[in-house]
Amino acid sequence: MFSGWPHPHLLWAMGGILGILVLATVIVSVLAKRNPERDLSELKSRVKSWWVMATVFAVAMSLSRTVSLGFFAFLSFLALKEYLSVIPTRRADRRVLFWVYLAVPVQYLWAGYSWYEMFIIFIPVYAFLFVPVRMLLIGETKGYLTAVGTLHWGLMTTVFSLSHLAYMLVLPRTEAAPVGGPGLALYLVVLTQLNDVAQYVWGKSFGKHKVAPTVSPGKTAEGLLGGVLTTMGLAVLLAPLLTPLEPLEALTAGFIIGVAGFFGDLSISAIKRDLGRKDSSDLIPGHGGILDRIDSISYTAPLFFHFMWWLHY
Amino acid sequence: MPDTAPSRWPRYLFFLLVVKPLLLVVIGLNVRHRSRLPAQGPAILAANHNSHLDTLALMCLMPLRLLPKLRPVAAADYFMNNRLLAWFATRIIGVIPIERDGGARTMAAQFAKFDAALERGEILILFPEGSRGEPERVAEFKSGIGLIAARQPSVPVFPILLHGFGKSLPKGEGLLVPFFCDVFVDEPMQGYEDRKAFTEDFELRMAALAAEADFPSWE
Repeated sequence: MFSGWPHPHLLWAMGGILGILVLATVIVSVLAKRNPERDLSELKSRVKSWWVMATVFAVAMSLSRTVSLGFFAFLSFLALKEYLSVIPTRRADRRVLFWVYLAVPVQYLWAGYSWYEMFIIFIPVYAFLFVPVRMLLIGETKGYLTAVGTLHWGLMTTVFSLSHLAYMLVLPRTEAAPVGGPGLALYLVVLTQLNDVAQYVWGKSFGKHKVAPTVSPGKTAEGLLGGVLTTMGLAVLLAPLLTPLEPLEALTAGFIIGVAGFFGDLSISAIKRDLGRKDSSDLIPGHGGILDRIDSISYTAPLFFHFMWWLHY
Repeated sequence: MPDTAPSRWPRYLFFLLVVKPLLLVVIGLNVRHRSRLPAQGPAILAANHNSHLDTLALMCLMPLRLLPKLRPVAAADYFMNNRLLAWFATRIIGVIPIERDGGARTMAAQFAKFDAALERGEILILFPEGSRGEPERVAEFKSGIGLIAARQPSVPVFPILLHGFGKSLPKGEGLLVPFFCDVFVDEPMQGYEDRKAFTEDFELRMAALAAEADFPSWE
């Protein structure tokens, strides 16, 4: 995608996304025509936001490698800012938060230079050890452990996890993987989002047994099972187009994405429930905030990345 | 102190290239009830005050075409002592300076300045607490706002609650730390002839907005 023309398979995949969006738009407008008494405004704004997100994503992915990395870095910044704005932070930690933000550009720089060792330890070793040090220099011990824990978790989900998408983008094209990193990134993002939709649709249609009633009452065993199976099927179908995965490997990848996506979603739900909020913000109409949208991907990105890394790189 | 007219083009450029990116991208505003904001002057925007960002945020809420009409009211003793700061405050931000502790004659002259600005169709930005105070705490509202409102009962006053700016850039701090910040706009207040009645109602309005917002305290 970056050197010369995009691989034709990527164009096929983007065309497929376009098709799905058109289909969704048609379905929603037919539903609205048939049931004029039902309020479908949330569904409508949800689909509209999908168009915007898909367009931004497609443009960011196609312009240049630097633009793509910059886009994901900006997404991390927005997610981190949203996280730090909704969680309780201590007044004493204002300057600590400044350093936490600084981790975003640095982490994406490692991805940009493909410096794998640094990329993989920078946050969990250096940043995680530095944040408490900066706090100790300020010296406020009341609420210290909570503050360290919340900042670490924020860096982990919004920066470290998401940056795996960026590192995936810069993975080279090989003979076995002619579509290269952008193919993998697209595969992951599409499967993660479709998995969300599939779990929702299966849950709405057949859901009976709640799996996590205290965290997210809408989640059911039927939704989870149907969603994971659907994602596994789609993973096998899409693998030859975008990845070097063999069918059995793709089936495993689909399982990882399905289950990890479910828990990523739940982990953000738990944070919101803890804070007593419905959405993390109202930045994306119909979806909530950035955190509501990247919840699943914060779990699927690192896990799928390492699955690929062990198998093919 | 005379009321200096702001420079038109440098002001547009500064807002377009510096203020809007800073407030909308680096910080990020969550605006509740944006549609209540006035589409034209004269009007008064009155908010709680915890940060220098407050003024810029309120100016960002309004469309760029109204920028020439926006006139923040700010303390002369803070902004007018240094020549560079005075130039920036009056020409770029468009500040109308006020003396916080002047005698009766200066007071009368100042109210005449506000009347003139409102008669020109300008939009005054006021912070009735009088200063920025403690980070993220709403202090007592002074009655100056009531005086201005009672002199111009036909001009709508919009109570606005700001939250988060005092976390991003509190008083006495030079380092900006980004947070999404919240802005709650209330229905306009109009037709008050009595300054005390206005100030009391204004306090109630701000308390109601704070209850709607329900933010945890920042310790």
